[in-house]
Amino acid sequence: MAARSWHLVIYIGDGSSSRLALESARSLCDEHLKGRCTLEVIDINENPELAYKHNILILPTLVRRLPLPVMKLVGASPDLDLLARALDIK
Amino acid sequence: MSKGERTSRIQPVPKLPTGITGLDEITGGGLPTNRVSLIYGPSGAGKTILGMQFLIHGAVNCDDPGVFIAFEETVDELAADFTSFGYDVKGLISQKRLFIDHIDLKIDRNKIVGDYDLQGLLARLKHAIKAVGAKRVFIDSIGTLFNTKLDPGIVRDALEKLFTYLKECGMTVVLSATSEGEIFEHGLGRSLSDCIIQLGMRVEENISRRFVRIIKYRGSGHGMDEFPFLIFDSGILVLPITSVIMEYKVSRERVSSGLSALDDMLNGGYFRGSGILISGEPGTGKTSAAAQLASSTCQKGERCLYFSLEESSDQLIRNMGSIGLDLSPFVRKGLLQIHAMRPTMYGLEMHLVTMQRMMAEFKPHAVIIDPVSNLPAVGSIPEVRSMLSRLIYFMKANHVTAVFTALMTGDIPETQLGISSFMDTWIQLTNHQYGGELTRLLSVVKSRGMAHSNQQREFTMSDDGIRLVDVYVGPQGILTGSARAVQQVKDEIASDSRRKQMKENDLDFENVRRRSKGQMEDLRIEVERARLRMERLNRELEFAEDAEVLGRKRLGRARQGKTAAAKPRKKK
Repeated sequence: MAARSWHLVIYIGDGSSSRLALESARSLCDEHLKGRCTLEVIDINENPELAYKHNILILPTLVRRLPLPVMKLVGASPDLDLLARALDIK
Repeated sequence: MSKGERTSRIQPVPKLPTGITGLDEITGGGLPTNRVSLIYGPSGAGKTILGMQFLIHGAVNCDDPGVFIAFEETVDELAADFTSFGYDVKGLISQKRLFIDHIDLKIDRNKIVGDYDLQGLLARLKHAIKAVGAKRVFIDSIGTLFNTKLDPGIVRDALEKLFTYLKECGMTVVLSATSEGEIFEHGLGRSLSDCIIQLGMRVEENISRRFVRIIKYRGSGHGMDEFPFLIFDSGILVLPITSVIMEYKVSRERVSSGLSALDDMLNGGYFRGSGILISGEPGTGKTSAAAQLASSTCQKGERCLYFSLEESSDQLIRNMGSIGLDLSPFVRKGLLQIHAMRPTMYGLEMHLVTMQRMMAEFKPHAVIIDPVSNLPAVGSIPEVRSMLSRLIYFMKANHVTAVFTALMTGDIPETQLGISSFMDTWIQLTNHQYGGELTRLLSVVKSRGMAHSNQQREFTMSDDGIRLVDVYVGPQGILTGSARAVQQVKDEIASDSRRKQMKENDLDFENVRRRSKGQMEDLRIEVERARLRMERLNRELEFAEDAEVLGRKRLGRARQGKTAAAKPRKKK
């Protein structure tokens, strides 16, 4: 199961919660999904059409694109265990 | 007061037209430019239609592209909904004149893990505005945004930023909400106080009515009334109940009522474009009298629109056939349209609009509404009067001759609707009871602008058609029906005996004349005979005298011894 590759996307904007969420997402990849995760960062203010295309309203939003099913978390939390549980990371 | 102040006070608020018939009229030109207008009303009140029409009017007619932020319906749903109104939503989207962003608000509470904001909303709006170069924005609806798992404070902050941005970039915005309270309880009242419009629905006696009311319009005058409106197959139509301006031109042309005797009573017929009320008790022949106009109109090759609020089209044609009036050829030729509609089929306003639209499409020369007295089934009497006055105005302005029939009961000299004052000509049909018989009388109660007969006529209907007969005025009042017939027979008998007497007199005279003539001949002959006798006798007498003279001379000569008698006579 170690070969499972993860793809996470984080949508961020301005402000402290976006910064916090980005930090948490990076830590999550490093600590819980070391070596098997790609993290894509999308700044909505730079790419607003992606907010439209991907139906993003709330920032920050963290999306588990792979593995399926797609999961979406909103809000910023420094609690990596909570995030791992919510994204079903074992 | 300085000049500047004065100018700024007079300066009207710039407005963008919504393209909604009637709404632009009651708002004095549309919604305030570069402001947020709030439209509130319950679900189904027509908010989305209003907003969409505002956008489409801008995109199609004003070169103002629009953005629709839809929280409730998807693009496909909206496109399907508005296709039924005749709007090509997908086409406008592909031409970049309309941008619809459906924002899905389904949020799982369990997936909210920490602090957040709604920057995505503003980002998406900016993107949409940029994509089409929008000037108009419609957000539908704000209530949906508050009725989610999202924190109301965060929603409010996001909206305030949104409004600030929209104003900064010069958008004219329509925002929908289900209630005014929804806006104010979330502290958005201050941002949304430029223009507030309420859309409502009310059900009275099982008939639902829509209304629109302008609650507030900063810097602009506006009507405070509830204006009725309709949603029909090309969108919203608001019907302002404004005072009817009497500025139409009137015609002096006469049109036949279809009954020559009635035309005579009216000194030539109805005026073209006038309103005619035919009122009467049940069974007095209102429909029959009204249908004559349909027939006479179509005979001239003109068009007639018949709104039958009581009988079906077939029933009307059959019934008129029974009095010798065949309407079916006119229907086949397309000159006569009969629209049978139950009064309760629509609300009053819908009837008005339906009638106006049918008139606009068919362009009739004459319209018959039979009977208007059924309309109070769907509205109060003041509402019916208001509707009819607008309808009559519409018809007069279009020179449509209109006949309205109205049922009257009892001895009320006015129809219960009180509409006779709108009418130019009022024909009343009454039942007349005499000698155990019920007959019908027709009289012209009034007819503006024309000399008209004050006399009543008896109105008879048979399979030969309608006839108007002069009534007999006797010592007991007017005689109609059998009484009139009896009188007619009596008169005939009397006149017959007079004729016979005259004939007899003629013969008597001829007899005398002939007799006298004979006698005169006899006398002439007698005279002749007398003359002849006289001549004969005279001649005899003359001869006798000559003989005597000759005798005497002969005697004298004889005495002298002379025989010749001639010569002595010469010497004498």
